[in-house]
Amino acid sequence: MSLASFLKSRLVPAELDQHINRIRKPIGSLGYDPWGYNNEAMKYGLSLTKQIYEKYFRVQAHGVENIPAEGPVLIIANHSGQLPIDGLLIGYALASREKDARIPRAMIERFFPTVPWLGNLLNEVGAVLGDPVNCAKMLANDEAVIVFPEGIRGSGKLYHDRYQLKRFGNGFMHLAMKYKAPIVPVGVVGCEETIPAIANIKPLAKALGIPYAPVAMPVVLPAKVHLNFGAPMYFDDLEIPEEQVTERVEKVKAEISRLIDKGLSERKRLF
Amino acid sequence: MSEQRRPHILITGAAGALAQKVIEQLRDTCDLVAVDFREQVYLGDDIPSYCIDFNKRVFEDLFRRYEFDGVIHMGRIMSSQLTRMRRYNANVLGTQKLLDLSHKYGIKRVVVLSTFHVYGAVAYNPALIDEAAPLKSAGLSADLIDSVELENLANIYLWRYPELNITILRPCNIVGPGVRNTISTLLGSERAPVLAGFSPMMQFIHIDDMADAIVLAYKKPTRGVFNVAPQDWVAYQHALKLCGCKRIQVPSIPPMVPKMILGTLKLKSFPSYLMAFFKYPVVIDGRAFVNEFGFEPKRPLKEIFRFYRENKRPV
Repeated sequence: MSLASFLKSRLVPAELDQHINRIRKPIGSLGYDPWGYNNEAMKYGLSLTKQIYEKYFRVQAHGVENIPAEGPVLIIANHSGQLPIDGLLIGYALASREKDARIPRAMIERFFPTVPWLGNLLNEVGAVLGDPVNCAKMLANDEAVIVFPEGIRGSGKLYHDRYQLKRFGNGFMHLAMKYKAPIVPVGVVGCEETIPAIANIKPLAKALGIPYAPVAMPVVLPAKVHLNFGAPMYFDDLEIPEEQVTERVEKVKAEISRLIDKGLSERKRLF
Repeated sequence: MSEQRRPHILITGAAGALAQKVIEQLRDTCDLVAVDFREQVYLGDDIPSYCIDFNKRVFEDLFRRYEFDGVIHMGRIMSSQLTRMRRYNANVLGTQKLLDLSHKYGIKRVVVLSTFHVYGAVAYNPALIDEAAPLKSAGLSADLIDSVELENLANIYLWRYPELNITILRPCNIVGPGVRNTISTLLGSERAPVLAGFSPMMQFIHIDDMADAIVLAYKKPTRGVFNVAPQDWVAYQHALKLCGCKRIQVPSIPPMVPKMILGTLKLKSFPSYLMAFFKYPVVIDGRAFVNEFGFEPKRPLKEIFRFYRENKRPV
């Protein structure tokens, strides 16, 4: 037995290995897809995330069955907590569901591909540069795509702004309409408390070439996370002015806001 | 004449491995004339072969003498060869001369071999780039400008003289036996440099598949620009591993460091102007070509890498 297969047998449970093999993915002869997703890396990623998901954040997910079993779908959520932990947890919830599991793709900040190791690692587990062309080609490929329309406005917000939704970009709505992809709204509660930041040192962020430089404790706190998946929302592909697109975006935003409130009321305590 | 006239085709870049594969495929059915900028190659008694500079006046004599029907232009000097100035003269001005002569002598089919390098490797590239994407490589390095200019020129002639029926092919990395480009040299070596922490997705096409693609393109006069790439992808460092290369990690951050190291070492196999291509992916979408020309690559990645693993040359 080679070292790689020995490690794999210890780290990746056979059950999970089979579970991922069962999920159909459009990949090439060496296990990669055009965006760098890799089936083998995904197995390690999911094994690790399983521990984080179940033991560390003790995630409670409701309504994950609302995500259609096939076809293009956009999973739209609120973004929070400095690091993209929310994307990881939503992704795991969908990839690990018993019936009709899917491996979703998360659109990530433009700065990640420039970071050595991390950029490739994220690509291997399904994260993709948040470019509209990427999103469009993935929806055309019938993928489930996780998008945080707040972008860094959401993930970089400070603790005193927690659970206040920032401005949503309209890009996701245009893509949903064009590719007739249903939108599944998700309210994430708990990630705001994982890395509470009290300030953002903008000059430092600028000097380092990163989106923000939070003043926070150098630990990720084990806050309990609640994920609430709403019912799929369908929008027609009529040619409408941007104003009406914004109205549709506001509808999705209101639904996410409702799901966040639901999560907050379900939450008994922070940790 | 009772017998139908065989098509006369001018093939440029004849000293290259790819051109020779194309010649092999066409020589039974067409009358070929081979030219190359670098050297005169012997291709058998039935194929006249010349070492010629397109910018010299004698080049026109070939058009007068052989009455070509078509041109397959593979004589692009790669960015790793000659100086910037000489490359510009040969690739850009030489191509212009070639296209002007093609127009003057009523050529009805022109296939131009370009490269996916014209898209440029930048961090913000989406995957599956299609033919309409902007060409960013000129902004990356002055060494890639002639490749982009060659394309611009071919595009202008494409619209100005539709009767030339110009098709521009932008293949991904061409690899396989006999290929002497940068990536093939790297895959064939014992040790290959990598930028630490970067392993971009890459596409490879076997030289025989690429020759098939060129012949297919030549036979169907659809004008336009087409990417040529199989629907298969692999990360650079994984490809090296499958080729049995030891990876030598070059420090990658801050970005000045690898630039300085490669600039000082001046490695022919890992030139600094191609550095971005070993850092960020340029994944092209070859489906338009497949649909239009019915192209089907036959050699899988595993077969390509097995060839490199079994044919290691000493560094």
